[in-house]
Amino acid sequence: MPPVIRFEDVVKRFGDTTVLSDLNFDVAPGERVTLIGPSGSGKTTILRLVMTLEHLTEGYIWIDGKPLTHDRRDGNRVQLKQKEVAETRKQIGMVFQHFNLFPNMSVIDNVTEAPVHVLGRGKEEARERALALLDQVGLKDRADEHPSRLSGGQKQRVAIARALAMDPKILLLDEVTSALDPELVGDVLGVLRDVAESTDISMLIVTHEMQFARDVSHKVMMFDGGQILEQGAPADILSNPSHDRTRKFLDSVL
Amino acid sequence: MTDNLEALRDALPRLGEGVAITLQLTLGGALVAFIVSVVFGLLSISPAGPLRWVSTVVVEFFRGTSLVVQLFWLYYVMPLFGVSMDAVLTGVIALGLNYGAYGAEIVRGSINAVDKGQWEGATALNMSPLTRMRRIIWPQAWVLMLSGYNNLLVMLIKGTAVALFIGLQDLGYQIDELRVDTATIFAYGIGLLLYYLIALAASTGLRALEKRARRRLGLSAGSVHASAGAAL
Repeated sequence: MPPVIRFEDVVKRFGDTTVLSDLNFDVAPGERVTLIGPSGSGKTTILRLVMTLEHLTEGYIWIDGKPLTHDRRDGNRVQLKQKEVAETRKQIGMVFQHFNLFPNMSVIDNVTEAPVHVLGRGKEEARERALALLDQVGLKDRADEHPSRLSGGQKQRVAIARALAMDPKILLLDEVTSALDPELVGDVLGVLRDVAESTDISMLIVTHEMQFARDVSHKVMMFDGGQILEQGAPADILSNPSHDRTRKFLDSVL
Repeated sequence: MTDNLEALRDALPRLGEGVAITLQLTLGGALVAFIVSVVFGLLSISPAGPLRWVSTVVVEFFRGTSLVVQLFWLYYVMPLFGVSMDAVLTGVIALGLNYGAYGAEIVRGSINAVDKGQWEGATALNMSPLTRMRRIIWPQAWVLMLSGYNNLLVMLIKGTAVALFIGLQDLGYQIDELRVDTATIFAYGIGLLLYYLIALAASTGLRALEKRARRRLGLSAGSVHASAGAAL
């Protein structure tokens, strides 16, 4: 089986600033990988590249062995068309730090919107599935409310349900608890633990919640200066890092 | 004063005709302006360079040149090329193009004011650019647009008075006629009042629309330019 995500010689520059330089790594099917590192080390950029929210400066990203935004054809690097990108992108979902729920629709419509208007599913079918997902995140009774009436933690749980409704193979979690009040973090992480246990969705996780990283991920990658400083099992990296830089970083977040 | 009122009473049918012309120019002009503003507003944010340039050129041309001169062109110059239109239609098109050019900026600005997270959230659900605009961005930008459109509509109503320049007997014309039989201050006072009432009615209508749209987004009916979609 090909890796579900492969970064090949990925370079990302913003103007003159190089955020990622010649980055190579694989994520195996079903694998959950947590990216840690100081801010500005490129973790979030990696997620945004996979979600096609940023333009890939150089290199390739392969999803399930297929090119995401750029392909190698006859030795040339070719940018793919919108439609080709969308075909691959439908396997990828993302949950954002600031939720990004749609304020122009109810909670349930947030969840059914893309299944109906992107995947072309029937309204009834989408609704049933959405209710099941809202139930899973503990918000079935809030289905018809407006998102603005929910707490941050509830919004984030809706955002998780919304991402899951697309049946992604890959889920990207970008600091999903960073904007929440401390007492709301537990609920959101609980829902995500549940998703991790009950599905085989591959995950790329950027978080400062080290206990969560330890519990749900198979692998932790420490980033510094746009490159992988070290990687390994969470227990090894988080308890017994081999680099001084990692140790210092962990001291600062724990 | 009685003379003034009597003259006003006698002039009522003609004033009514003037109001009718002004309303035709207003409604027709607003409709054309709305279409022009949406088309060129959307073109101005198109990823395709040439489409953006077309929008910039058109918007700059109609914003940057005088409405009266545009009107003269449509009414007196176009017939030289074999295109002649009835005066009301000419007025509607001139007003529509001129105010539509301003409206395009409202559309562009409102769309750009929708929180970036909304675009990203839609992309993360694999929406096509069209679906994203239609289902997510436009409904939120719409709320912001309405307050801009409200302003523009009031300006357009007052702008319809340029119809005088191509011989239309609109409200402005009839007020000027009324002056012959009444005190100047009286006639022009009536003029102020009638234009104000038309503007007030239009503005109230649009504000009701805006209120409804804001409620749908879960925003309070009050403050105007709150960034739609922030922190949801």
